Order: sequence, then structure tokens, then C-alpha cells
Amino acid sequence: MTDHFDAIVVGAGPSGNAAAYVMAKAGLSVLQIDRGEYPGSKNVQGAILYSDALERIIPDFRDSAPLERHVVEQRFWMLSEKSHTGAQYRSDDFNEEKPNRYTILRAQFDKWFSKQVRAAGAILITETTVKDLVKNDAGKVIGVLTDREGGPIFADVVVLAEGVNGVVGQRAGLRPEIKPNHVALAVKETHFLPEETIRERFNLAGEEDGVVIEVIGSVSSGMVGTGFLYTNKESISIGVGCILSDFAQTRVPPYELLDRFKRHPSVAPLLKGAEMKEYVAHLIPEGGYDAIPTLTGDGWLIVGDAGQFVNAVHREGSNLAMTSGRLAAESLIQLKAEGKPVTNENLKLYRDKLADSFVMKDLKKYRKVPHLLERNRQLLTTYPSALNRAFQSFLRVDGVDKRTKEAEALRDLKKARGGWLRMASDLFKVARAWR
Amino acid sequence: MDEPIIEALEPPKPAPTGLNIVVCIKQVPDSAQIRVHPVTNTIMRQGVPTIINPYDLFALEEALRLRDEYGGQVTVLSMGPPMAEDALRRALGLGADKAVLITDRRFAGSDTLATSFALTAALTTLAEERPIDIVFTGKQTIDGDTAQVGPGIARRMGLNQLTYVSAIDSLDLAAQGIVVRRRSEGGVQVLRSKLPCLITMLEDTNTIRRGTVQDLLRAARADVTVWSAEQAGVEDPMKCGLRGSPTVVKRVFAPSPRAEKAEMVTVEGKTPAQIGDALIDLLFARDPKLEAVVTAAAR
Amino acid sequence: MAETPQAQPAGRAGLRKELPERFRDYKHVWVLVEIERGKVHPVSWELMGEGRKLADKLGCQLAGVVIGPKAETTKTAIRQTYHYGADVCYIVEDEALTDYRNEPYTQVLTDLVNKYKPEILLLGATPLGRDLAGSVATTLQTGLTADATELAIDDDMCLGATRPTFGGTLLCTIYTLNHRPQMATVRPRVMAMPEPDTKRSGRMIWDNLRMKEDDIITKVLEFVSDNTSKEANLAYADIVVAGGMGLKNEANLALVRNLARTLGGDWGCSRPVVQKGWAPAERQIGQTGNTIRPRLYIAAGISGAIQHRVGVEGADLIVAINTDPNAKIFEFAHLGVVADALTVLPALTDAFARRLGARALAS
Ligand SMILES: Cc1cc2nc3c(=O)[nH]c(=O)nc-3n(C[C@H](O)[C@H](O)[C@H](O)COP(=O)(O)OP(=O)(O)OC[C@H]3O[C@@H](n4cnc5c(N)ncnc54)[C@H](O)[C@@H]3O)c2cc1C
Ligand SMILES: Cc1cc2nc3c(=O)[nH]c(=O)nc-3n(C[C@H](O)[C@H](O)[C@H](O)COP(=O)(O)OP(=O)(O)OC[C@H]3O[C@@H](n4cnc5c(N)ncnc54)[C@H](O)[C@@H]3O)c2cc1C
Ligand SMILES: Nc1ncnc2c1ncn2[C@@H]1O[C@H](COP(=O)(O)O)[C@@H](O)[C@H]1O
Repeated sequence: MTDHFDAIVVGAGPSGNAAAYVMAKAGLSVLQIDRGEYPGSKNVQGAILYSDALERIIPDFRDSAPLERHVVEQRFWMLSEKSHTGAQYRSDDFNEEKPNRYTILRAQFDKWFSKQVRAAGAILITETTVKDLVKNDAGKVIGVLTDREGGPIFADVVVLAEGVNGVVGQRAGLRPEIKPNHVALAVKETHFLPEETIRERFNLAGEEDGVVIEVIGSVSSGMVGTGFLYTNKESISIGVGCILSDFAQTRVPPYELLDRFKRHPSVAPLLKGAEMKEYVAHLIPEGGYDAIPTLTGDGWLIVGDAGQFVNAVHREGSNLAMTSGRLAAESLIQLKAEGKPVTNENLKLYRDKLADSFVMKDLKKYRKVPHLLERNRQLLTTYPSALNRAFQSFLRVDGVDKRTKEAEALRDLKKARGGWLRMASDLFKVARAWR
Repeated sequence: MDEPIIEALEPPKPAPTGLNIVVCIKQVPDSAQIRVHPVTNTIMRQGVPTIINPYDLFALEEALRLRDEYGGQVTVLSMGPPMAEDALRRALGLGADKAVLITDRRFAGSDTLATSFALTAALTTLAEERPIDIVFTGKQTIDGDTAQVGPGIARRMGLNQLTYVSAIDSLDLAAQGIVVRRRSEGGVQVLRSKLPCLITMLEDTNTIRRGTVQDLLRAARADVTVWSAEQAGVEDPMKCGLRGSPTVVKRVFAPSPRAEKAEMVTVEGKTPAQIGDALIDLLFARDPKLEAVVTAAAR
Repeated sequence: MAETPQAQPAGRAGLRKELPERFRDYKHVWVLVEIERGKVHPVSWELMGEGRKLADKLGCQLAGVVIGPKAETTKTAIRQTYHYGADVCYIVEDEALTDYRNEPYTQVLTDLVNKYKPEILLLGATPLGRDLAGSVATTLQTGLTADATELAIDDDMCLGATRPTFGGTLLCTIYTLNHRPQMATVRPRVMAMPEPDTKRSGRMIWDNLRMKEDDIITKVLEFVSDNTSKEANLAYADIVVAGGMGLKNEANLALVRNLARTLGGDWGCSRPVVQKGWAPAERQIGQTGNTIRPRLYIAAGISGAIQHRVGVEGADLIVAINTDPNAKIFEFAHLGVVADALTVLPALTDAFARRLGARALAS
């Protein structure tokens, strides 16, 4: 007996789960395949969940999803060797009935999401890696081959939700290999602490309030990258990510970078006494709009990280993944309802929906940021340290008059960057990339 | 009035052939990932994934191997929370034919005596459908580590008990005979026994197979039979769970960490030979009698 | 033993009732003297030493239970049982008891318990002890704590058996409050071996097996002895050198064996080394292998996972050689060397050989 499905979804991350859920809910026969022991087992833990994207798929997700804390405070730190200059925003408005952002542990969240997918009627098989796509003579994708015995499995469409590497798509010749300057390598650890300790250290009133810290500056040791620290219920997720090609060039071992970050005097006290349990490394697509591969073809389409749908500036990924998954599903449901085959031409529906959504709009808006940072490393190195020096001098009461201090700080900055003109041009570039 | 003969329309079901095997599996937290709360000394289960007790996989594989050779069916049976269905489904994906979960609030807090009681009830109920030839269990669980549930079941069901089995040498279905190798102190006993029997399988005796795509699809679609205490055939619920457990856990605590840190032998700028000498000096300094022990032993 | 010890221990402890009438006359501490192929397992003597302490605390007698064939080896075992501290010996001799088999042994032991009513019954946590204890406890419907590492009598004169659980991450103390006897199997090598007193002797109580060979279904066809040429086994070696995955391949295990030989000790390994097929299973040290208690333990290229740790913690002196300064093994080793085991092991072997005036034997 051969098995034929309306759709096969490769991957059970946020994008694959969204696609499978929406299709299964609409009555399509869906097979989802993930290589992990269970959905989420291979996925990097500790992340921010943006409610909106999920709410559009599972409106009452808050009732059952494993959410850690909702974010009431966001800090931005510019790090230098021994100090940080920061801004922070906390608002009681974030304690709304339906909070906008949560910290989650991906392993648990993905498991939960996958359970909803199966409850909706999709079939999931795990510990199974999709090796290749099966095409008919006309070149249309008609199924998948896995690393298990038992031959191919067939479907009208294969949804590639396989994450950043996009190996399956690549092997099938549907897309190019991913470039090292289009992905960041992030390393991350989870540090366990008693709930009370976390609340005390981050000055949190509510049991479920949480803090997020985003960090630039010395944390990336001159590479294009950022650091982060999220509070979960009983743990802290901490990590750094830098562009892969930079790691290759500087030969700085990623864990060393993370080690330095953890030892930083601004960070160490937050982690003191914690038990480290997990060290993971994962890629994040950060090539932006210009790195997006071809997204559709006859019998296949791409969603999520596989399509480079990550907004690196705002550190958004899972929401773009879920949204692209949902839009793909809605397109396929419509095609099925209209009795149309899943051809590249008909999949224009999906491409249009994407273009109309915040996914493509945001990626377009920040199109220039990746190039900007890559070519202007000073933005991540010189400015943060100069700023920290300026603050240090400004706050230290040592008999030097304030006017002299201000002048020194400015001189210092100018010297660091090699002239006012250069600084002006930096500012201009940032503004333009942001536009 | 003449009754029409209905039976003639339905051919009688052929008597089942081959072996009827039940494998008891338990879903356990992955002990490698368990943490202890530093203050309350309780287990922090948050984020700790669950797995099939690794020892049970050796039992399952042996059962599947026998089924493939002699025909018949393999049923996996587990007692646990509703979530344990995941473990059973995974076992189906590995090739088991049927899965039964017994789950009931009244089972909570069972010790091994109460666990073997509940599992025996379910096994007896299963045996009504078709007599069981072999019950397999793992050697032990990684959360309880008692190795007692298997012997408990064997005793209650009156099965021949074969523990720590490293291999099944032969099986004669017609004569109901079985020959196994059993690990014992200083060697291996080759035992001849009879079906029905209970076998607890030793670890590292085989390698669990990977199910085929069809196994997985079948497992994903299959129904796991879920029984409450009554449905499992438990007649006296007082013998289940906390109430049916003669043992009482009075205290749970983390092992006290060693206060003293390891003394590190400096290695910088030393040749391996110098490191060796430095290490020996430290050893003999710490335990002056050691030198004599070593000298005597080395003769 | 409870499967989920964190399930409200307080709630369960609250279940304590008065000991039912029928158990009131259960007295004395019993230890099963485990004889396999004529040899007494040393754990039985370790237990006799521990049982002596419990009996003294309870003010009762200590008895050994000797089950075996009518043979000189059984007689010797009986004599030794007194030497190691027993006041009484319960003896059942029968040809059908020559090899250990679950059926007749269970019958013998349950009959003795029902007849002579011990308060505490201890067995070694060996394949024999655990096989037998599970059957006996189920037949008697009493509580059994497996694999205990510590025994104590509490203020209520009850036995508290402490044991590792969750692979050694946690310890728990377990009681059997409303049933008798209180049973436990105890891990070999965790209790100290008592000094035998050859002048001691005591009472003998004989009983019979109520079964004939023909009634016993399971037959022993053969016993295949492990090819461990040495008399002393790993668990009882004074010096143990062990290697882990850090040794990279099977051939490098020779470095471990050489050092062990130079020191007159025995060698072992971590579990993955066995799984790789580089060493036989009886060489494994840890939770699912041997528990060792040597004077000196040298671990080379072993990370020190909790399952390994629980098997070696009883060593007097632990030396770890590992390239990773953050390896877990340094958390419980006494001496640490952050270096390549492949160079340090031969160097150490040479250095010892030089000192001992012996020459390192090449393999
Ligand atoms: C350190 C880090 C921090 C992040 N923080 C955030 C954050 O705070 N907020 C946010 O919104 N986003 C964040 N992201 C990004 C976010 O994680 C991703 O955008 C999101 O997970 C993409 O979902 P996806 O479903 O496309 O891919 P994935 O989550 O990568 O899922 C792909 C799945 O496919 C499976 N798979 C792959 N290949 C195969 C195959 N051949 N056969 C079978 N299965 C296969 C994998 O096992 C995996 O389960 C972060 C990423 C990283 C690395
Ligand atoms: C249910 C269960 C039961 C188990 N029972 C046992 C048991 O009884 N016994 C047991 O040992 N394990 C047991 N384990 C396995 C245990 O969890 C670990 O996986 C195992 O102990 C690791 O073995 P290892 O230290 O040799 O290998 P690894 O964890 O791979 O460690 C190798 C070590 O060698 C170091 N190294 C590498 N190269 C060198 C070099 N050149 N020189 C020096 N050091 C080097 C590395 O830094 C590392 O620390 C069990 C696991 C489970 C789940
Ligand atoms: N709750 C359970 N459900 C099914 N099987 C179990 C359960 N608990 C224990 N077992 C079986 O009994 C064996 C020994 O378990 P234990 O006595 O807990 O070490 C395990 O390997 C399982 O095969």
C-alpha cells in the first residue's frame, strides 16, 4: 500500500507546525516529518514568543501553551570590557490581559504546538530525516524519501519547513547552498536558578513577569553579532551570535565568546550560583531580504527559516516562521478547494500573500542592515566602548571639571573613529538602513 | 421455526499461531537531564524530556526478534500518566503490534509491589483474550532502579522467572520449552525452562531496530488502548497506588557535594615524566601507606 | 521502593499506623548468605557486619540464612557465618539447592520467614539477591528497598534504608512501616568488611526444602564461567585503573592495563567502552557495572558522569586524568591532572616502575 497525503510538511518547528495545523484543521490530510526524537528536541531552547502570530493560528493558546514569563521590561546594553551603558524600558502596560511577548523554552513549546497539530488531525513521524524529494518526469515534486526503509511517501505538495540549512531543498536542486555571511552562529546556554532568585535579581513583582536584555558591543569581540539574556521561570537563557563568516575569519571559538560574556562584571552576578544544563549552537538566517531563495515551485514551497525569514534587527524569527507557515497553508487550502493543482504558477497565491504581510514588508525595510553591519564593524565596537568611556569619565568625581570631561569624551570618540566626517557618515548609513 | 444457520456464512477465525508476547515498558524522565532544586531538594522536572526506560528497549527488541522468527504478536504494556501514551506510540513505531496503557489516579504513588499488582491485573485481563507465552520486562528502570517489578509480576502470575537474561538460546513452541543464558555471579547459567515465563532482559544484549516508514505511519494512526483500574481488571483498588504500597519514602535529598575540591597537579612546563613523578609524590604524601600497598601488590 | 519518590513523601509518611497485631512477634535481623557454586559472595559478610550493628541497636539476634547443597562448602559457609557475627544460623541443605534457582530458593526463604518471623531481612544486591528478594517480598506482600547504600535504625526502631535513585542524582530513605519483615538488598562494596572472629559460633536451626527436583521446572544445563583468570575480582581490588572514551580506541586500553599491572591492581572502564566492544561487560564500573572501593582509583579519559560516579565514590583516593578542566570527574576526584592520558599513562607507569624497582611489562 502506498501512502498519499494532501501535504507533507518537512520539519516540526514553528513554521512547519503552523502550516500543518492550519491545513489539518481545514481537513487536509497532512503528514509531518521531523528528525528529532520529538518535536523541539533539536531546537534551540529559550526564545521570545510574539503572541500575535500565534494568536492568528490558535487564538486561545494562552490557556495551554507552556509560557515562561511575559516580558515587562526590555534592556538594551552596549558593552565594553568592564562596563555597560544601557537603556531600559519597563511598563506596567505590559501586564495586560493578553501580553504581547513571552519567554518560552523551545523544547517545551514545540512539543506543545506539535500536540495541537496532531489533535487537529495531522500525522507526525519523528526520528526520521527527509533525505530527498521525489519528482515525476515533468520535474514536479510528488513526495519525499526518508532515511528509513519502506520507500517514498507521496503528496500533492511538500512544504519545506526544515529550518535555516535548507538541506533538502538544496539537495533537490531547488535552492542554492546557504552562504556563511548570510547566517549567524548562535551559542546558547540555559542556567537554572530558583524562581525566587530570578525574581529578586531582576526586580520582578509578578510571578510571571520577565526581563529581556539585548546586548551589543564587546560581547561580539569585533564581529558582527549580538548577545542576549532572557529570564525564564526557573532558568536564564544566555547566548551570543555572530555572523558565521566572521567566526571563520577570527577563529574565535564561539563558546569562548559566550564564556567571556558570562564572566562580564555586568552579567556574572545575574548568573551566580546557577547550574548550567545545556549548551547548544544553532544557526540564524540573517542575510535578510536579499538572501531569500526561490520560495515556490511545482509541488513544493518554502516557509520559515528555510526561506531566510528572520528579522535580525528586531530579533524576530518564530513569528515570521509561523506567519509564513499559516499563509502557505491558507494558500494550499484555497487551491484544494478550487481543485487547482499545486503548480508554481498557482502558488503565486502564496507569494502574494507573503508580499502583502509584515514578513516581506519588514524584511524589505531592513534590507540594507546586514550589509551595513558587515562593512561597518565600528558600529558594534568603537561606539559602544567610547560611550562607556564617556560615561565612566562623566560619573567619576575626581577633581576634573565637567567641561573638560565633555571635551575629552568627544575627542576620544573622534579619535576612535578617525574624524567627525566618518562619524557623520556612520550615522547617515544607519539612518538609511533603518528607513 | 427453522433458524437460519448464520455461522456458516462466517468462516471460523483461525486459531492464533505463534507467540503471544507482552513487553512491560515504562516512561521515565531522562535521568541525565534531571536537576535537583538547590533549596527544596525536590526534582525539577521542568524541561526534562521523557524517554522509554532504556533497559526496556532491549526487552522490546528481543520480543520483536522472537515474533519475527516464530510469528505471533507483541503487545506493549505500561502503567503511568496519560502522557505515557507517547512512549507506547514510540514502541509501536519500533514495530510492536498493540499497545495498552493503564492509567488511573489511584495508581499514583505506587511502589514496586503495587506496580506489579496493577500490571498483573492488566496482564491477566489481556490473557483472557489469548494466553500469554512470555512477559518481558527490562532489567530495571532508571528512575526507580529496583529490578523488582519483573520478579513481582512473575510471582503473582505464577510464571517461570528468568532474570538477567543475556540471550535466548532456543525456543520450542510445540514443547513450550525455552533455553536462556542468565547472568549470575562469576559466570552465566544456561537454564532450560518452560513457557509461560517472565524474562527480564539484560542491557546491551541487542540493538533496537529502526521501524520502517510503514511502522511509523501505522503507529501514528494506531489507537493505544487506555484502561482505568477497573478496565484493567483491578478488583481491589486498595492494593494500588499509595495505599497498596508497603514502603514509605520518608526523605529525599541530594547527595552532599564533596567540600574539598580536587587538588590539581600543575602541568605547565612539565614533561610527561615529570607529571608522573609529581603525581606519585602527591599520592604518597596523601596516603603514606599506599607505597607499601603498591610495593607489596606489585611484588 | 517508590517509583516516584518526589510524590509527596510527607503524605505517605503520614500513613503510618500501628504495626498490625500479626507482625508484633517478628524479631531479629537476618542476612541471606549468598552461596554461588560453593563460594560465599563477600557482600554477605559485609551485610553480616552491618546486620550486627542493627541487631545490637535493636537488642536482638543476628541470624544467617544458609541455603545450599549438602556439601563441605556449605559447612564452611555456616562456620564463617558465625565468624562474621551471626548468633544463629538457619540452614536448609538439599541437592536441589546446588545451583541457584528462583523457584526452590523462594520457597525455602519464604517458608523460613513465615515460620521464624524475622523483623529485618537483608540480601546482597547481586543478580541472585535481587532475583530472590523480589519474589520473596511479593510472596510475603511486604516492602523491599532495592540496592540500598546505607542502613539505620530510627527512633521508632524501624529500618531506614537509604538508596540512590534517578541514577544517583538523588538519595532517598525508605521505610516499611506496616509490614514485616522489612527487606532490603544492599549494594556490594558499600558496607565495610568486618574482621572475622574465628572463635565465634552459635545456634543452628535446620529446615527442609518442601519440593523435589521433579517439581522444579527450571533446570540448569550448564554454567559458563567468566574467563577472569584472577581470583580477586575488580570489585575487590585495592588498586583500580580505568579508561574511558578519552582513550580514543581499543588499543590504547593497553595503557590502562599496563599501569594496573605495574601497580598490581586491576583494570576497568566506563560504559561506552564496553558498548564499543573494547572491553568485556564485567570490566564496567558504575551504576550498571561494578561498584568498587579501592584504596586508589585512577580514571583516565573518563568524564565522570553521575552513573560512573556512584560506582567509584567509595574509593579512598581518586585520581583523574582528563584533558578537559571542566570535566565532571574533577568534582569528586582528590587529585586531578589536566593532560592527555595517552602520554601521562605511560609516563606514570614508567615513573611507578622506576620507584618500585619493578619493570613495566610491555603488553
Ligand atoms: C539562539 C537563537 C535565538 C532565537 N531567538 C528568537 C527569539 O527570541 N524570537 C524569535 O521569534 N525567534 C528567535 N530565533 C529564531 C527562531 O528560532 C527561528 O526563526 C524559528 O525557529 C524558525 O522556525 P522554523 O520552523 O522555520 O525552523 P526550525 O525551528 O529550525 O525547525 C526546523 C525543523 O525541521 C526539522 N528538520 C530539518 N531538516 C529536516 C529533515 N531533512 N528531515 C526532517 N526534519 C528536518 C528540524 O529537526 C526542526 O525541528 C532564534 C534563533 C536562535 C538560533
Ligand atoms: C541508564 C544508564 C546507566 C549507565 N551506567 C553507567 C555505568 O555503569 N558506568 C559508566 O561508566 N557509565 C554509565 N552510563 C553512561 C554515562 O552516562 C556516561 O555516558 C559514561 O560514563 C561516559 O563515559 P566516558 O566518560 O568514558 O565518555 P565521555 O563522556 O565521552 O568522556 C570522555 C572524556 O575523556 C576526556 N578526554 C578526551 N580525550 C582525552 C585524552 N586524550 N586524555 C584524557 N582525557 C581525554 C574528555 O574530556 C571527556 O571528559 C550509564 C548511562 C545510562 C543512561
Ligand atoms: N509503570 C510501569 N509500567 C510498565 N512496566 C513497568 C513499570 N514499572 C516497571 N516496569 C517494568 O519493570 C522493569 C523493572 O522496573 P523496576 O523494578 O522499577 O526497576 C522495567 O524495566 C519495566 O519493564
